Amino acid sequence: MGDQDFFWEGVDKGKLLFQRCSGCGAVRQPLGPMCPECQSLDWEPQEAAGRGVIRAWIVSKHPTRPDAHPRIVILVELESGERLVSNLQDADPDEVRLGMPVEVVFQDVDGVFLHQFRRAGVAQ
Amino acid sequence: MTTLLQNTAIVGIGQTEFSKFSGRSELQLAVEASRAALEDAGMKPSDIEGMVTFKLDSNDELAVQHNLGVPELKWVARTPGGGGGASATVQLASAAVAAGMAKAVLIYRAFNERSGKRFGQPFGAPQERDIHVSFGLDTPAKIYAMWYQPYMETYGVTNEDLADYVVVARANAATNPRAWFYEKPITKDDHQNSRWIVEPVLRLLDCCQESDGGVALIVTSADRAKDLKNGGVRVLAATQSHVHGSHEMFNYYRPDMTEFQEVRALSDQLWNQSGLGPKDIDVALLYENFSPIVHMALEAHGFCGRGEARDFIRDGNIALTGSLPVNTHGGLLGEGYIHGVNNLLEAVRQIRGTAANQVKGTQTVLASAGRSAAILGPL
Repeated sequence: MGDQDFFWEGVDKGKLLFQRCSGCGAVRQPLGPMCPECQSLDWEPQEAAGRGVIRAWIVSKHPTRPDAHPRIVILVELESGERLVSNLQDADPDEVRLGMPVEVVFQDVDGVFLHQFRRAGVAQ
Repeated sequence: MTTLLQNTAIVGIGQTEFSKFSGRSELQLAVEASRAALEDAGMKPSDIEGMVTFKLDSNDELAVQHNLGVPELKWVARTPGGGGGASATVQLASAAVAAGMAKAVLIYRAFNERSGKRFGQPFGAPQERDIHVSFGLDTPAKIYAMWYQPYMETYGVTNEDLADYVVVARANAATNPRAWFYEKPITKDDHQNSRWIVEPVLRLLDCCQESDGGVALIVTSADRAKDLKNGGVRVLAATQSHVHGSHEMFNYYRPDMTEFQEVRALSDQLWNQSGLGPKDIDVALLYENFSPIVHMALEAHGFCGRGEARDFIRDGNIALTGSLPVNTHGGLLGEGYIHGVNNLLEAVRQIRGTAANQVKGTQTVLASAGRSAAILGPL
């Protein structure tokens, strides 16, 4: 049993779930067993917004394996305030900027089911 | 006012060569460096009563004790995490001496970080999904680049700008015979022609080395230091800071990612302990796993304002002849990466006046590692 399990159960259902403290209502960032605000161990899953903006980004490709397909890694701040790491799909690194709006999609990436993001408002 | 820590001093330093293939065990590197530190101090193994290293160090204190022939250990402590704790070793050792827990404490850090387990290689796919690694954050370069990127984009710092620091570090290494990159200076073009490691943040020459080697230091009381072979270098301040809300590697969850908050907090402690301020520091040794952290550390220590580090560096302030010489030994990019503890050896040499690139008249040296820092001065 790990502290991230519930998050992945949410992803499998197409939801971004965070921990909302039952004691004080604070959302735990990053995931963890105890609320740093009130030290409560109790929490309820809270579904986060599927839209947000980019707060950091890089291009991930291993320099000694140039054939591996690069991924844009992004830190997203969701409209509901939580942050999470993901990938930006269907985008050119040259057009990525801080503050760019993105929206979540859920899909299989090389055999692993993950949350991914696309530019918000772009026709798919 | 003299603090308890200021009654302690570093009295011996020792090291192995820094290489890419040591050809011997990590334990041998640890005890070679420790023996050299004892010789430098003019002390015997029986003088050592305590040991300090990193949580990550593979060398058990009792194995080091056995090989060195230390009769009894009364104090053992380790700093958490990685290189951020490099200067915390001095705080832990000095605290033990100041409290009377051990008359002399040996600090060591030794590894085969190039020929053995390489820190820079990808972790490999996680067995279970992970909120960071599953998205490609599987090397320190990528993990830290994600933290540096918003700083750089916010303040308009480009990868080309980073070359201004790297050229200085490599120039210092080029005239330091202990450095791996001795006699190998680079130009800005060399930096820009080195391959991308993480676009758009880091090229190869922005990255610290992977090194094999060992370093050691000995801390005892300032009174005792006066009678020892090479005297002592006084600990003017030594701190740690681990601020709530941060993560040592995946440091992405604080509202403002563009300030190095631990270093800001460390600085408050440093100036309070020492009575000094940024303008009083003669030489700064700043832990640099990757070049952008030098910018963030310069700002958070208060050597320049936020967003001003690029121009501070470009204007020549950090060169040997500048207002604040930085990483005079070549840094972890140029000299070697012994997890930042080699910076402490350079700090001691600068105060002793024996550094390869000696800055004349040095009275105060800051050795800052991000989550810990120390200021050293003469006895």
